[in-house]
Amino acid sequence: MLFVGFYTVSWSQGEKMKSKKTFSKIGTTFLWSILTIITLFPIYWMVLVSTRTPVELFGKPDLSPTFFQKVHWKNFTKPFLDGIYADYLFNSIIVATSNAALVTILALMATYALSRFKLPGSESIFFWTMTNRMAPPAAFLLPLFLLFSTVFKFGDFTLFDTKIGLILLYCVFNLPFAIWLLKGIIDGIPKELDEAMIVDGANLFTIFRKLIIPLAAPGIAVTSLLSFLFAWNEYLLASTLTSVYARTIPTGLSEFVTTTGTNWGTMAAVALVSMLPALLFLFAVQKHIVAGLTFGAVKG
Amino acid sequence: MLSKNKTGWLLLSPTILILGLAGLLPFIYVLYVGFFQWNPLAVDPSLQFEGFASNYRRLIFDEVFLESIWRSIKFSVVTLTIELSLGFVLALSLLSSFPLKSFFRSVHTLPLVIAPIVVGSIFKLFTVQGLGPLPHILKDYFGYTLNYGLNADQAFWMIVIMDVWHWTPFVTLTLLAGLSALPQDPYESAKIDGANNFQIFTYITIPMMVPVLIVVIFIRLMDSLKIVDEVWMLTGGGPGYATRFTGIHIWKEVFEKRYYGLGSAMSILYLYITIVICWVLYSVMVARGKNEE
Repeated sequence: MLFVGFYTVSWSQGEKMKSKKTFSKIGTTFLWSILTIITLFPIYWMVLVSTRTPVELFGKPDLSPTFFQKVHWKNFTKPFLDGIYADYLFNSIIVATSNAALVTILALMATYALSRFKLPGSESIFFWTMTNRMAPPAAFLLPLFLLFSTVFKFGDFTLFDTKIGLILLYCVFNLPFAIWLLKGIIDGIPKELDEAMIVDGANLFTIFRKLIIPLAAPGIAVTSLLSFLFAWNEYLLASTLTSVYARTIPTGLSEFVTTTGTNWGTMAAVALVSMLPALLFLFAVQKHIVAGLTFGAVKG
Repeated sequence: MLSKNKTGWLLLSPTILILGLAGLLPFIYVLYVGFFQWNPLAVDPSLQFEGFASNYRRLIFDEVFLESIWRSIKFSVVTLTIELSLGFVLALSLLSSFPLKSFFRSVHTLPLVIAPIVVGSIFKLFTVQGLGPLPHILKDYFGYTLNYGLNADQAFWMIVIMDVWHWTPFVTLTLLAGLSALPQDPYESAKIDGANNFQIFTYITIPMMVPVLIVVIFIRLMDSLKIVDEVWMLTGGGPGYATRFTGIHIWKEVFEKRYYGLGSAMSILYLYITIVICWVLYSVMVARGKNEE
C-alpha cells in the first residue's frame, strides 16, 4: 500500500514537486535493479553450472563468472552429440514448427469464418474453443493415453509416441488462443474490401492470399511465434504420450530427476539449450506477449 | 459456388474436428471410465461396474484427494494475492519514466517465455541442498536451514516463490497495458476537485481497472489450478504429500498405481471444480461487459 501511494504521487502530480520526483526516480530504479537481480541470478547460476565439471560443483558454491576462463564443453557435447538429446531436440523442432504452421493456417480459416459469416451458434463455438484452453491437461492424461495407444489405431500404427500425435494434440491449447488473437485483427479488416474482391470475381483462396494474409501479417507472425513457443514449452502431455521415438526436449529434462546421482552440469546444459528459442523470440514477442496470454482480452 | 454458410462451416470444420477429437472425445471417455472400477494390473484387468457412483462415493472420503484439491486452491489464492499486489505496484512504477526502464522491462518479461519445466530446473539447480547457492546463503548469513526435501512447509512456500518469480511479470505487463489505456480525464477532474492520491487510487484507478483485473485473476487462477510441471521438477510432489497438487495426484494415481477408474472420477471432479470457478469469473466478466455497453 505504501508503494501504491508513492507511485500515484509520482505519476499524478506531473511537473510539480521536482525533488520528490528525483527521489522517486532513484527509488524506482533501485527497486527495479533488485528485481532484475532476483530474476537473473538463478539463470546466471544455471549458466555457471552448465560450464563446470562435477568436481568444481562440489562444496561451497562459487559465484564468480568462471566461464570466462574455462568452459567444460563436455556438458553440452555429451548429451547433444553422444547422447539421445540430439533426437529430442530434433523432435522438439519438428513438433513445434509443424504445430505452429498448422495452428496458424487452421486458426486463420476458423477466424475468417467466425468473423465474416453469421453462422448459427458461432458464439457457443467461440466459448467452447476457450474451454479447451481452460481445462487442466492432467485431467485428460488418461483418456488421451488410452485413445492414443489403443483406440486411434490404423493397422499397426497408433498415435502413441508419434510426432503427428503431439502436433495434432497441441492444437487443443494453441488453436483457442490463436483464434482469439486473430479474431481482433481480422475483425479490424473492413468487410467492404473482401466484398469488393468477390464482385471482381475473386475466390476465397485469392481473398486470403491477396487481402487477409498481407493485412494481418504482423498478427499472423505473432500468432505463429507464440504457438511455436507454447508447443516447445509443453511438458506434461509430451511426457505421458511418448515413450521412445517422439520425446521432446522438456521430457528429456525431467529424466534427470529420476536418475540417481544427477549430473547437474549436463542438466543445466540441456535446460539452457531448451531455453534458447525463448531467448531468441523474447524481443520479437515482447510487445505482444500480453495479448497472446490474455487471448487478446488485454492489448499489450 | 457454395452457399455462404456452407463455406463458413467448411472453413471451421478442421478446427471443430481437431478440438472434438482431442478435446471433447477424451472428456466423454474419461466420464465413461469414471463409472467403472478398472485396474489393468489387477487379477481381472477389465472394466467392472460396481454401481453408478462407486468411484465418486470413494472420493468423497478420500482424504488425500480432497487435501490435494484444498492445497491447489490454497496455492492459487496465495500466489494470486502476492502476484496481484506485486504486479500492481510494478505496473504503476512502469508508468513513470526512470533510467534503464526498457532494459528492466525486457528482463522482467524473460521468465514469461521460459518453459515451466525449465523454470523448475532453474530453481532446482538454485535451491537444491549440496549444490544451490540459496541454502548456503541462507545458512551463512541468516542461520536458516533450507531443505525442502525434508521440510513440508518450506517445500510449499518454495513452489509459491517459484510461481511468483515465473508469473508476476505476466500480471505486471497485463496491468500495465490496462493502466496505459485508461482515459486521463477522470484524473484531471479529481485533481481539480482536490482529491488526494490515495483517494485517486481507490476511487478512480481501481474501479476503472476492474475489467483488466478480472481477466488477470481469471487467467492466473486457471493456470495455477493446473500447475504440474514446475512442481514435478522441483519436489516431485513431496516431501510426503506437501506439494502434491491435484494434477500431480491424478498422475500418480493413474500412472503409478494404475487406478484407471478412480483416476477418471478424480479427473472429472477436478475439471468440474476448475470449470465452476472459471464459469463464475467468466459470468462476472460478461456481466460487467454488458453493464458498460
